[in-house]
Amino acid sequence: MTESLLGIRDLDLYYGDAAALEDVAIDVPLGAIVCIVGANGAGKSSLIRTIQGIEKPRRGSIVFKGQDITGWPSHKVTDLGIGQVAEGRQIFAGLSVDENLEVGAFLPRGRAGKAAAKDRVYQMFPKLAERRGQIAGTMSGGEQQMLAIGRCLMGRPELVMFDEPSLGLAPAIVQEVFGIIEKLNAEGITVILVEQNVAVSLTLASSAYVLENGRIVLSGSGRELLHHEGVKQAYLGM
Amino acid sequence: MDTVTLLNVLVAGLLTGCVYGLSALGLSVIFGVIRIVNFAHGEILVVGMFMALVLFRWIGLDPLLSIPVVAAVLFAFGYLLQASVIQRVAHLPEHMQFLLLAAIAIAMVSGCLIVFGPDAQNVQLDYALDSFAVGGLIIDKTRAYAAVAAVALAAALLAFFRFSGTGRAIRACADNYLGAQVVGLNVSRLYAFTFGIGSACIGAAGCIILLLVDVHPYLAPGYTLLAFVVVIIGGMGSLFGALLGGILIGVAEALAAEMIQPSLKSAFSFALLILVLLFRPQGLLGKAGR
Repeated sequence: MTESLLGIRDLDLYYGDAAALEDVAIDVPLGAIVCIVGANGAGKSSLIRTIQGIEKPRRGSIVFKGQDITGWPSHKVTDLGIGQVAEGRQIFAGLSVDENLEVGAFLPRGRAGKAAAKDRVYQMFPKLAERRGQIAGTMSGGEQQMLAIGRCLMGRPELVMFDEPSLGLAPAIVQEVFGIIEKLNAEGITVILVEQNVAVSLTLASSAYVLENGRIVLSGSGRELLHHEGVKQAYLGM
Repeated sequence: MDTVTLLNVLVAGLLTGCVYGLSALGLSVIFGVIRIVNFAHGEILVVGMFMALVLFRWIGLDPLLSIPVVAAVLFAFGYLLQASVIQRVAHLPEHMQFLLLAAIAIAMVSGCLIVFGPDAQNVQLDYALDSFAVGGLIIDKTRAYAAVAAVALAAALLAFFRFSGTGRAIRACADNYLGAQVVGLNVSRLYAFTFGIGSACIGAAGCIILLLVDVHPYLAPGYTLLAFVVVIIGGMGSLFGALLGGILIGVAEALAAEMIQPSLKSAFSFALLILVLLFRPQGLLGKAGR
């Protein structure tokens, strides 16, 4: 059995009286790409926000690297090595490219290896290096997505959660983004991928979960789900 | 009025305006980042003035030299105020936040009344009546020192936000709250830090204003209003705007006091405010509303 990096058990999240997540259990092995599939409003982003400590669960446990991090504040979770590339990119539009990266390395974990991390990001995304002084909000959507990924890497995460990274991007850029995710994974970063582009993400995924109305209704390897009749009908339009 | 008198008035207004600008920076920083309108602004400023007064009477410290002490104490005050009380009302509607800050303001004025009484008090500095003669211009030493101190502190504050890691992180929180959460910034601590910085800035302005004005507790509401006028003219949330607005108001007041009547000077700042609201509601350097 492979070593588990992140384990979630019996997780319930409520917004007031409304359940957003119920009984969610997920296992993320070290070095894996775990894909979470689901319709809009199924609770995918809520799950990611709960893992990062932005939302507080009502019940259940989240264990990362053997430590119970349930209910931890997000700055402590992030400092332990969980990064997020959020839906809609959420870059700091009024700050320069370089400042965005600097803020990504604000926590002690990121600060420790800031210079090396920045070199690596600029090497990986030469476009960002060219535009390091540019105000981030004036760049194209694809460039902003690269910046969001670069900013996340500045925190030197071991686990990166991508929330809809291809949303609103041109097909060529989408290809590039998936290429980057594969490359980061090959370099040793464990990945949780939430994607509307189900066919591509299941191809990448080592394992996958289907989330419906806040509950996990199906799980298996990426290949299994890709050929599952229900998944084909609901998410692949076949 | 001859040219020399006019120039003298202009320079005096400009110098006073720099101090107004520093005070308004404190309001602007807090609003720009935390989106809280600090209705206790003038009260914090008056507390700063009283602290400088006490230090002067007690150990003979020049109010300008008391700035580090006063700023440090008011930083701690602002930090704790945000972390303990204001943070809890952040999700409430604005009029509820207003009530809280108005209550804090009343408590602070009452506290000053209990401790210092209602009478105006001042510091007697040995250079209070000295002046520099530059060409035909006569510049009060106190006003010149006050302006230099205010500009230096404002520059230090702007540099802090531009170049320091914490300053950048605070700007990031103001730019995109969700983004700040995503990268794991401790937003509530940075907010408390920001309120502390804003209060320290207001307190420093209080020390400086003590060179120019006699202090009594009822100055406070007037300074709150003045800072609002300055910030609205300069542009809400724009730090350079606060400085520019301060200078404009300083000059307008000085001109009005000289050319028309000293008691009418506030009327001119409000006239300026109305003009800005009519023709450029986002303020001179503010961004248009979303």
